[in-house]
Amino acid sequence: MSPSEDRFGDAPYDGPMLEVTDIKTYFETDRGLVRSVDGVSLTLERGKTIGIVGESGSGKTVLSRSIMGLLPKRGVVREGSVKFEGQEFIGIKPKEMRAFWGAQMSMIFQDPMTSLNPVMKVGNQITESIREHLDVSKSYAMELAENLLESVRIPEPRKRLKEYPHQLSGGMRQRVCIAVALACGPKLLFADEPTTALDVTVQAQVLDLMAAQQRERFMAMVLVTHDLGVVAGRADDIAVMYAGRIVEKAPTATLFANMKMPYTEALLSSIPKLAHDSHTRLATIPGRPPDLVHPPKGCKFAPRCTYVQDKCLEEEPPLTDLGGGHQYRCWFPVGTPGGAAALEKNRTSASPAPAAAVTSPVGGQA
Amino acid sequence: MPELPDTGVDDEIGSGPTATEAFEREQHEFGGVAGDSGLLQVGAIEAGPASTRRRGAGLGFGAWAAIGWMGFIILIAVLAKVGILTWGDANESFASCARKGPLADEGGAKGFLLGCDSNGRDMIPRLALGAWTSLLVAVGAVTLGFIIGGTLGLIAGFTGGKTDTILTGMFNVLLSVPVIIMALALVAFLQGASGEEGALSPEMILIIAIGVVAIPLIGRITRASSLTWAQREFVLASRAQGAKSRRIMIREVLPNVLPAMFSIALLAIGIAIVAEGALAILGVGVRPPTPSWGNMIALDRGNLFKSPHIVFEASLLIFFTVLSLNLLGDVVRARFDVREGGL
Repeated sequence: MSPSEDRFGDAPYDGPMLEVTDIKTYFETDRGLVRSVDGVSLTLERGKTIGIVGESGSGKTVLSRSIMGLLPKRGVVREGSVKFEGQEFIGIKPKEMRAFWGAQMSMIFQDPMTSLNPVMKVGNQITESIREHLDVSKSYAMELAENLLESVRIPEPRKRLKEYPHQLSGGMRQRVCIAVALACGPKLLFADEPTTALDVTVQAQVLDLMAAQQRERFMAMVLVTHDLGVVAGRADDIAVMYAGRIVEKAPTATLFANMKMPYTEALLSSIPKLAHDSHTRLATIPGRPPDLVHPPKGCKFAPRCTYVQDKCLEEEPPLTDLGGGHQYRCWFPVGTPGGAAALEKNRTSASPAPAAAVTSPVGGQA
Repeated sequence: MPELPDTGVDDEIGSGPTATEAFEREQHEFGGVAGDSGLLQVGAIEAGPASTRRRGAGLGFGAWAAIGWMGFIILIAVLAKVGILTWGDANESFASCARKGPLADEGGAKGFLLGCDSNGRDMIPRLALGAWTSLLVAVGAVTLGFIIGGTLGLIAGFTGGKTDTILTGMFNVLLSVPVIIMALALVAFLQGASGEEGALSPEMILIIAIGVVAIPLIGRITRASSLTWAQREFVLASRAQGAKSRRIMIREVLPNVLPAMFSIALLAIGIAIVAEGALAILGVGVRPPTPSWGNMIALDRGNLFKSPHIVFEASLLIFFTVLSLNLLGDVVRARFDVREGGL
C-alpha cells in the first residue's frame, strides 16, 4: 500500500515515511574508530515491514538506534541523512527528538527482563509516555493503558496494571513492552530482536501479536533479528547486514528465491532443516565477523567466503542494483556463471584462497 | 547475639524454598518496598504449615532486638525532649552524690538508679536527653549528607561526562582531607561565623560539620549505584518513549537507588553518632551543660578509674545503638539484594 492509498488520510507527507541515506555511525574507542554502521541506505513506507538480518556485531542494533537517534551522547560520530516524513533527524537536538520519540516512533527491546523498570508498576510504566505526549488526565491514561494491555492480549488487564514486572512471565513482560511502545500510537516501530529472549512457543505469539497491531495501526516496522526464520514470513523487505553495511537487500520472496550474496546463502544454509537426518552436522560460517576498527581492504566477507577470489580481497564490490528493489554487494554472485566458476575454482584448487584468510586471526568486534 | 548470621544468609540458603515460595517472598518484599497493602497480605497467607519458617518473623532474633533497642532509644529520647515523662532535672546537681555509683542515694531521700556524674547530676535524665542530642546530630548530619551528597552523586552517575568528572573530582579532593581535621575546621569556622549571639545552635554546627564530611562519602556511593542503574535498558526504553532526562533520573533511576541508600543511611547514622562523640572528646561537641553521649564521656573521662560507671553507661548506649543500626543496615541490604537478583 503506497501512501497515496493511505485510507487513514492523516499523513500529509507524500513520500516514503522513512528515508535513510548513507548513514554512518562510528564509535570512538581507545583502540580507534569502530565503524559500526558504514554507509547504509534504506527506505520504508508506512504499513510496511523491513527485516534487518545479520549475525552478532554486524551493526543491526546500532543501525536501528542510530536511525532513532538513541545513541550515547559522547564518543559517537553520526553522519548521513535520516528523513522521517521529510524531517531530517541528523544534527537536530535531543530536545527536538523527544517530540518524535514515543509519539511518532518507538522501540521494543530485546530483553523484556531488563527493559521494564523493576520498581514501577506496569500501569505507571504505560501511562508515563501517554501523560508525557498526550494531554490527558491520569484516570483516562489508566483507562487507555488497560485497553492497551487488553489489545496485547494480557488477561485481567485491570489487575495487571497494579503489578510489578517481576510478577509477570517473560512473554507477558514482552507484551507489556509492546503495550508501552504502542501507547502513543507511533507510526514507526523498531523491534530490536523482540523475541530472542523468549521461549520458542512464545516467540510466534509475540510476533503474530506485533503483526496484528501493525495491521491495525498501519505502522511501519523495522524488525531487527539474527534469525532469518523470524523475518521470512513477516517482512516485506529484508536487508542483510555484514560489518556495518547492507550486503543484500530485496523483497522477501526475491531474496529467498534468488539470493545473490554468498553471505545470505551461508546464513540460510546454517538454519537446521527438518528434512535433515538426525545428527546431521550443522552448516556453519567459519571464522568471525571482521574487526570493525581495521576492516579488511576488499569485500568484508571475503575472508570467510567460499566464493572468494583475489579480486575480492583487493577491491570492495559496489552495491549492484538488479532492479525491483534487489541490491547486492558481490563480485561473484550466487547463481551466476561467474559465481559458479569462482566456487568451482576454489573447490578444485589444492589450497583455496580463503583457507589462509579464515585461519588468520581476525579480531572479533561486537 | 547468636542469631546474628541468621538474618541474611538464611533467606538465601536456608531450607531450600520452592520456586513458588521464593516468588511469593519476592512479592512480599516488593510489597514492603512500595507499601502496597494488597501485596503485603501474601506474606501473611503463606505462613502456613507447609513452610518450616514463619516468613513474617523471618528477620531473626538479632534484627528484632535491634528494632526493639532503636525503638526504646528513640522513645526515651523524644520523651525526655518534650518532657512528658521526667526522670528528674538533667542539670540539677546533688553535690553530696558526685561520682556516686549506681544505686547511690542522697541521704536516703532520692535514689539514683544509674548513679551520678562528677557534678552530682542524675545519670538517667542526662542519658535520656543525651540520646536526643546524639540522635538529633547524627540523623541531621546524615540527612544533610544525603540531600547534598546523594543529589550530587545521582546527577554525577546519571549524567556522566564532564559533570561526572567535575563532581567525582570534588568528592576525591574532599575525601583526601582527613575527616576529623575537616570536621574540626568546620566547627571552628561555623562557630566564628555564627558569632557571639549564636546564630547557629551548637547542635546545628555539629550537624553541618559532620554532614559536610559525609557528603563526598555518600556522593561516591550514590554515584556508583546510579551509574549502574542508568545503564540499564529500561532507562533507554524510557528515553525512547520521549521522557525528559530529569524525569528519567527521578522516576526511573532514583527509586532503584533508594533501597541501597537506605541501608547505607542506617550505617551512616551509626558512624555519625561515634563522630559526634569523637568531636565532643576533642572539645568541640555540644556546649555543656547540654548532655550528649559523647559530651558525657568527654566530661568524665578523667574519672574513668575512680568512677567508671559514668563513661561506661554512655559508652554502652553508643555501643548498642551503633550495633543495632549496623545490624538493621545489613538486614535491609540483604533483603534488597535478593530482590535485585530475582529479577
